[in-house]
Amino acid sequence: MARFINQYSRNDSNSSASIWMAAAGEQKKKSKGDGGDSPEAESEGGQKMAKKGEELKEDMDSLMEEIDSVLEENAEEFVKNYVQRGGQ
Amino acid sequence: MAIPTVMGTEIEFGIIVKNDPDFDPISSCVLLVNAYREDPEGRILWDYDQENPLADARGFQVDGEKYTPNQQENIARNKTLINGARYYVDHAHPEYSSPEVTNARDLVVHEKAGERVLEASRREANTLLPAGAVMLLHKNNSDRKGNSYGCHENYLMDRRTSFKRIVENLLPFFATRQIYCGAGKVGSENRNHPCDFQISQRADFFETEVALDTMVKRPIINTRDEPHADREKYRRLHMIVGDSNMSEYTIYLRNGVTAIILSMIEDGAIDRDLSLSNPVRSIKEVSHDPTLKAELQLDNGKRMTAIQMQNEFLEMALTYAARNKLDPVAMDVLDKWQHVMTSLQEDPMDLAREIDWVAKKLLLESFIERKGLDWEDPKVQMLDLQYHDTRPDKGLYYMLEREGRMERICTDDEIIEAVHRPPVDTRAFFRGECLRRFPKEVFGVNWDSISFSVGEEPVRRIMMSEPLKGSRAHVEDLLNQSSSASELLANLNF
Repeated sequence: MARFINQYSRNDSNSSASIWMAAAGEQKKKSKGDGGDSPEAESEGGQKMAKKGEELKEDMDSLMEEIDSVLEENAEEFVKNYVQRGGQ
Repeated sequence: MAIPTVMGTEIEFGIIVKNDPDFDPISSCVLLVNAYREDPEGRILWDYDQENPLADARGFQVDGEKYTPNQQENIARNKTLINGARYYVDHAHPEYSSPEVTNARDLVVHEKAGERVLEASRREANTLLPAGAVMLLHKNNSDRKGNSYGCHENYLMDRRTSFKRIVENLLPFFATRQIYCGAGKVGSENRNHPCDFQISQRADFFETEVALDTMVKRPIINTRDEPHADREKYRRLHMIVGDSNMSEYTIYLRNGVTAIILSMIEDGAIDRDLSLSNPVRSIKEVSHDPTLKAELQLDNGKRMTAIQMQNEFLEMALTYAARNKLDPVAMDVLDKWQHVMTSLQEDPMDLAREIDWVAKKLLLESFIERKGLDWEDPKVQMLDLQYHDTRPDKGLYYMLEREGRMERICTDDEIIEAVHRPPVDTRAFFRGECLRRFPKEVFGVNWDSISFSVGEEPVRRIMMSEPLKGSRAHVEDLLNQSSSASELLANLNF
């Protein structure tokens, strides 16, 4: 019986990332039992998983790149100088 | 029978000007508020006359100095907008008070409209700053140096509801609702236990359970008693415990669930005693535990997690909804609250599309992992801060939203409309419409009154002490029949 490892364990931040990807119009990345225990099905399923993993990684990478492009350049100075008077 | 929901939020924003050695927050706030162009004459006064922030809901008057700006300062610091909102300088922060709304969906729309107002005025103000100086605004609650500022929620309540009952029921509710309302924060402040990340921006700053002050020794329940409405009938519950949220879904739950809980309190439908033995300690225990496993100590000896406690409130709410007719928005809020509670139990990180603290935590953890950083790194602190940046092209929340990674409650069109149009079902409609139609004749305005100066006549003040009167249904015809303020006054038999 083919076993499809759920690559996205519950406590892995990747599972939450998959929530983001899923909603942005991609297929849900959690593995679904494709059934079949032939070697072809297994390797096909394995390829699918690898592809999904790759897409997920790319998606997170692109998100991180975008953060890099907009994040305040001199973070250390900015954070140090960010002082408020305090209100209610 | 609980009174219909009327609520609003007042939010203080963080303000900073980069590359300006002479930066002074108060004058920057005045510049900012005045940069917003809507009232061409710029001479309408905020009517401080009826304000009484020193009245305590527990029944006494506090000695103190009520600050009332002189006329010039007043005009410089206050704008009442044609959407019924108030935009002004509060100490050293710009503050946006949404108009009164009747439901959580309108609340989201109008709070988001406030972000647009702030951002539009920021862009204008920037053109007036010296070269190289850049003004930035953040919709957040602290500067990581021990200074905090708030998102205040206001709810109209029946004055007959015992304040003691309100306090007893709200303390455990407020200590725990952050599990779906928190905005998330890197690190800790105000001499609390160090931590990498916590759920709430404000939790560290609460030091007492119930008190009048809002700026030092902050209380979980604030006792300010300024109803801005008929004093005999109403109370305005002024809550300072919430975080400033970016996610529409989170804002929706924050106000939507709280409004339902308050109706339940009015109807005596909270019939379980969930009192905590130390709410101030608990609010921080919950915040410092993003795994949501910490058990809190109740007065009755039991220990429960925040999830369990909120589930108790949810169960009671479902029973309440089965027995009372709730409006469609409230039913939808209940639905989403259920969904969120289920997910929180399975895996909180499943809510990255809905809840601010989860979205932020995911961003931070991914960033830290990929860059090989640690939680103390300034870039990590910067990410925390930039989540709340009001610039649509730089703010990290807006980036997520733009890429379809956040659940929406309303549309951009609705938000844009709300920048210029008041809610239609509260007195905000009358206020906003008078300001739009008769700007030259409005002399002063407050939440529960508007006064007109017509020619040589003495100033006439119209009282609006019923928050639900002055809606479009009540006054649109009257307004359409009045081409001037003096006609309006005549039509009202003034």
